[in-house]
Amino acid sequence: MHDHPHDHDNNLDPMTARVRALETILTDKGLVDPKAIDAIVDTYETKIGPRNGAKVIAKAWTNPDYADWLAKDATAAIADLGFTGRQGEHMQAVFNTPDQHNVVVCTLCSCYPWSVLGLPPVWYKSPPYRSRVVLEPRAVLAEFGLTLPETTKIRVWDSTAEVRYLVIPMRPEGTENMDESALVDLVTRDAMIGTGLPQVAS
Amino acid sequence: MQPDPRPFDEPWQAQAFGLVVHLHERGLFSWTEWAGTLSNVIAAEQSDTPTNAEYYRCWLTALEQILAQKKIATPDLIDITTQAWHRAAHATPHGQPIMLESDPKRIEVK
Repeated sequence: MHDHPHDHDNNLDPMTARVRALETILTDKGLVDPKAIDAIVDTYETKIGPRNGAKVIAKAWTNPDYADWLAKDATAAIADLGFTGRQGEHMQAVFNTPDQHNVVVCTLCSCYPWSVLGLPPVWYKSPPYRSRVVLEPRAVLAEFGLTLPETTKIRVWDSTAEVRYLVIPMRPEGTENMDESALVDLVTRDAMIGTGLPQVAS
Repeated sequence: MQPDPRPFDEPWQAQAFGLVVHLHERGLFSWTEWAGTLSNVIAAEQSDTPTNAEYYRCWLTALEQILAQKKIATPDLIDITTQAWHRAAHATPHGQPIMLESDPKRIEVK
């Protein structure tokens, strides 16, 4: 791959050197196990993502008892599908209705329901989204291509280290004949944050 | 459904993330304590158009603040160790894995 005619030194970029230094110090002090760090990274890179949340939504759409459970105790209902948070956080499911659309933000940092959505997209962590969605949610949603009827109220939920929200979108019309696994494919990440809607193939 | 987006742009971001999550799981700090520290760093340092690199730089700064507060690692120790990693990299022939043991100063001390 490399065919340089001469040897040259390696370089570490500043951030890589800094992280390695922290890992060295903490490993020497017996505070971290590098293998455990690799396992955590692998989990978030390959195993946890919005598909987890989509399974929760599809189950809620097809199983009224599950939807009730989700409304009453989302932490337990979501854990029942095998998705549990690492920070001991409580989950709350917020259901969209024709009268109320829900959208999630973390105004202070980037709290996000990792267990069901994976790690947040860059825009979720950006100051403009974090401040503006609270002040002018309708305008921000329009920038995402989501225009809601004026009669639909928009409620903004501010996540914290202790409570994370999952938006339960309304089941799209015309999907009555679809089974749970087909419905999973309609649920987008943004639909579960509230900045989008489930996508029905045309 | 679209494939899940890649959460990290570079390996160091993944390592920074993994380090914090692992230390929390080991009980070094509560997640509330972490989120509070991170919020302050983000408020002070983040631009209006942050990248993942900027975001995870905030994670490292927040982690270093917590380590200093808990007297686990001073900024000096972190700097010295970072410099050791840079020297180790320079001393490693191209194409070989970089190990801290390759730091020439470290070998002299032994």
